[in-house]
Amino acid sequence: MSRKGKNMTTGGGKLAAVAAGFLLAAGFVAGLSTPASACEECKGKYEVEGRKSGYLFSNPETRAIQDDDFANGGMLWVEKGAELWNKVDGKAGKSCASCHGDAEESMKGVYTVYPKYVQELGKLENLEQRINRCREANMGAKAWKWESDDLLAMTTYIGYLSRGMPMNVKIDGPAAPFFEKGKEEYFKRRGQLDMACKHCHYDHAGQYIRADLISEGRGGGAFPAYRLKWQKIGSLHRRFKGCNKQIRAQPYKAGSDEYVNLELFVKWRSRGLPVEVPAVRR
Amino acid sequence: MKKNALACIAGLAGVALAAVAQAGTVRDDGLKPYEVVGDIAIPKPLTDKPGDPANGRKLVANRKKGNCLACHKIEQMKDFLFHGEIGPELTDIASNMPASEMRLRLVNPKIVNPDTIMPAFYRVDGLYRVMKKFQGKPILTAQEIEDVIAFLVTLKAPK
Repeated sequence: MSRKGKNMTTGGGKLAAVAAGFLLAAGFVAGLSTPASACEECKGKYEVEGRKSGYLFSNPETRAIQDDDFANGGMLWVEKGAELWNKVDGKAGKSCASCHGDAEESMKGVYTVYPKYVQELGKLENLEQRINRCREANMGAKAWKWESDDLLAMTTYIGYLSRGMPMNVKIDGPAAPFFEKGKEEYFKRRGQLDMACKHCHYDHAGQYIRADLISEGRGGGAFPAYRLKWQKIGSLHRRFKGCNKQIRAQPYKAGSDEYVNLELFVKWRSRGLPVEVPAVRR
Repeated sequence: MKKNALACIAGLAGVALAAVAQAGTVRDDGLKPYEVVGDIAIPKPLTDKPGDPANGRKLVANRKKGNCLACHKIEQMKDFLFHGEIGPELTDIASNMPASEMRLRLVNPKIVNPDTIMPAFYRVDGLYRVMKKFQGKPILTAQEIEDVIAFLVTLKAPK
């Protein structure tokens, strides 16, 4: 069977199961000969000014999981994040809610503008780092470790509260030099395989590399995402590390300046695309 | 001292490679030197031992070695599922390209196309942030390059 056919049929929202089933059946009958047209309805949501979300490069099976909150494993971290929001932790005897109140109001849209430049730090800060700075400075609590369930849960929860909103990071003013550094990382060849991010995600997006369809690398609104390969939710920086290792390049540490700068560039590439947290990817 | 001198030569060679390579001998650090002719071919095999096409076929499929199928379709290798579509199909490559040009494209395709996604399979010099366990090692050995070529020269589409 053609792999192309598998990726072009879909349904959106509540109709997913029925629509996907119908289109799949139709696809089989038609010999899977009508690719792009089947996805017109989801295009409107996941394609902005020609920029495509990774959602459009996923299998219909994977999309169906994302479209159904009961099937989406990432929702467990949303729930855990909501619990942590109200949990008192640290010397100051505060929870997030003590200062920020109802997260559904105070955190709406917050995800869309990170990473951003912070004057007192003199550099960019991403959402995970902002959460930890708040914990240390205001709660008197320990910073959560990168990729820990707690940090993933809180980041996922805050991302979820912006679901559907367009990504909107700032790259001008004091953020500009960091944006430029992130862009440099994106275009710099590295590793034994000597590839830059751009070789796959600019030059060959939409083509198959073995069994995998290469996305445009616009994961800005997707992470933390539930990856089927990981069988859990994971951060964008974990994804960066995986990409680096695949080309046999020394990865940077999660939370490193290099990755935060790269994150800004990737999130700018995702501008206008909707927040999908927790997205589901292969 | 000798190592420094070698590294220096290798460094210069790297610069020559990155720009448009001139015909001449390339000495990559610790690798066998080879002669590039006309920026397009390496006429002389890298080893004295002739390539083994059966092993070459295995290397073409092996994801940790050649992994050629990740990007290239090869009709004669339909026993492996899912061939990539990043690079040109190789089903009839032997009709279209002499072994000398295949050798250069395997050793370092950036001499032909500086912007290509294709890795240089026999190069250790001028790379950036290579993972420790792969440092100083080419993706394929000189003999493995010859084995892959021995297989590629058998690829002709049935007429």
